Amino acid sequence: MNWISNYVRPKINSIFSRRETPDNLWSKCDSCGTMLFHRELKDAQNVCPNCDHHMHISPRERFKHLFDGGLFTEVEVPKPIVDPLHFRDQKKYPDRVKIAQKSTGEEDAMLVATGEIQRTPFVLAGQNFKFMGGSMGMFVGNAIVAAANEAIARKCPLVIFTAAGGARMQEGILSLMQMPRTTVAVDMVKEAGLPFIVVLTHPTTGGVTASFAMLGDVHLAEPNALIGFAGARVIEQTIRESLPEGFQRAEYLLDHGMIDRVVARKDIREELVTICRMLMRQSPAIKGDLAACEDDATAETTATGTDSDKGADGDSGKDKKG
Amino acid sequence: MANYLEFEKPLAEIEGKAEELRALARQNSEMDVEKEAEALDQKAADLLAELYRTLTPWRKCQVARHPDRPHCKDYIKALFQEFTPLSGDRNFADDHAVMGGLARFNDRPIVVIGHEKGHDTKSRIERNFGMARPEGYRKAIRLMDLADRFGLPIVTLVDTTGAYPGRGAEERGQSEAIARSTEKCLNVKVPLVSIIIGEGGSGGAVAFAGANRLAMLEHAVYSVISPEGCASILWKDAGKMREAAEALKLTAQDLEKLGVADQIIPEPVGGAQRDPDATIANVGAALEEMLTALDKKTPKELLQERRQKFLDIGTKGLAA
Ligand SMILES: [Zn+2]
Repeated sequence: MNWISNYVRPKINSIFSRRETPDNLWSKCDSCGTMLFHRELKDAQNVCPNCDHHMHISPRERFKHLFDGGLFTEVEVPKPIVDPLHFRDQKKYPDRVKIAQKSTGEEDAMLVATGEIQRTPFVLAGQNFKFMGGSMGMFVGNAIVAAANEAIARKCPLVIFTAAGGARMQEGILSLMQMPRTTVAVDMVKEAGLPFIVVLTHPTTGGVTASFAMLGDVHLAEPNALIGFAGARVIEQTIRESLPEGFQRAEYLLDHGMIDRVVARKDIREELVTICRMLMRQSPAIKGDLAACEDDATAETTATGTDSDKGADGDSGKDKKG
Repeated sequence: MANYLEFEKPLAEIEGKAEELRALARQNSEMDVEKEAEALDQKAADLLAELYRTLTPWRKCQVARHPDRPHCKDYIKALFQEFTPLSGDRNFADDHAVMGGLARFNDRPIVVIGHEKGHDTKSRIERNFGMARPEGYRKAIRLMDLADRFGLPIVTLVDTTGAYPGRGAEERGQSEAIARSTEKCLNVKVPLVSIIIGEGGSGGAVAFAGANRLAMLEHAVYSVISPEGCASILWKDAGKMREAAEALKLTAQDLEKLGVADQIIPEPVGGAQRDPDATIANVGAALEEMLTALDKKTPKELLQERRQKFLDIGTKGLAA
């Protein structure tokens, strides 16, 4: 199999030069204010080592941490018609898109990739909150349809990491139609007998929450992620009372039965593999950091590292592929 | 007419004048005002036709929200026989913002589900102004399951500002309820037809509108966000709702062009509120036509065609 590291189509790469951050920068934790060494923060997947605050992470960065050896293949998303409504507010919609493309280096608000996590094949789709608030328009809809098709073709689980303020208003009704459209897509995965897992990250609200994000076989959420349908301000204005501490946060949703588990970012990788391998009735995975699989050879496994965390004993065996 | 919209003010003046003249004539038998009054009537009729022929998107929003438009309850009463309301989500409560049940439509047994806004202060409060809580969507899911089990077509009447933004609604899973209701629409193996009779407000409307055929009344609107909401976010000024309404392309005419609405049901001149009976009759005719067209489809075709329709939205018929 051909794995291309952090594959970016050359055309896009040349148009938007990715801004590299020098390694010697410091940044401040938005929550506790601790000054954090950039590289240290990056290694911790943008989680503050001092207060455990989970900061924004781009899908590309997240995927590097999730997939074995940081290797994945990007799934091409069919391009939708740009600006079908010729929408213009204070700026033209295509100009807003261009600005977001330039600042994120991405085409739109979702990245889809295939690869292996602990030698288990996965299709991952990640929403990018930094791209126009992660908003769901036709591109995100196309991305989810493409991700669903890819998961079905590869007979592997689909995991969507959500992060969005809602629908992309500039695409009007066509953005709203992505609610039923993405619902059809994830139902196709479920009907194929494959796991559909949702990982809700900060923030996930509006039409995204009220469609594919609430239709997973299993719902995981990152700590303290804001998850809800209506915005807190709108609710407060409507009911004319203030909302309780922790309202619409992951832990609050856990208490109210809307999600299965609150999982720290560093543990998501193992959780996904554990859950999906059981759902797929596969043998336990080999734990630890594995290099990406170089070939397609399969062998019966004796999972040597079942009591985990002991590190990279991945080279000692290969797991069975499903 | 009790309720004039703001843009109907010139019309209200003319109609008021005609009324006044006739009232004067009634008090004074010597006066002959009929000719003059008739001229005013004609002027009013011309103005009304002109106003409604050229409604801007924002004006359409106002018409769609008009309190005198026929509501879900009125359609059910006039179009269906043996309506038997069914209640409750079997879990928490019965949400009065959503009404539904078994009914006959031209002898055909169906399941009808719709948002009901209420018609006076008391009923509006009872109906929560047509803004459903999770229980409303879960009741709808139950009724769609019932229809699916017994092979009955489903008719949904959409008329909501949106799902209710409340603390309890969030705690009981407003998002999940909407997502599941949308999913249920898309998965039933019976014909599902939706008619947007007034406001199709965002996710709260989508939850009932995953239909084989979607019709919209001529002056109904269907949008991802209210023009006011869009204006306050993108223009940072809620007063720019006219611009937002224009940009959002939320009218029935726009949605037909975008391939979202399958057909438009005409309203009487001056809008549904001027002649509810004629409006309801038009809706009845369209409903019969839509259901008949779906009669011949197999359960599998109904499901697959509905899904394909949504997968195709935005990929066909749009000019770049
Ligand atoms: Zn911190």
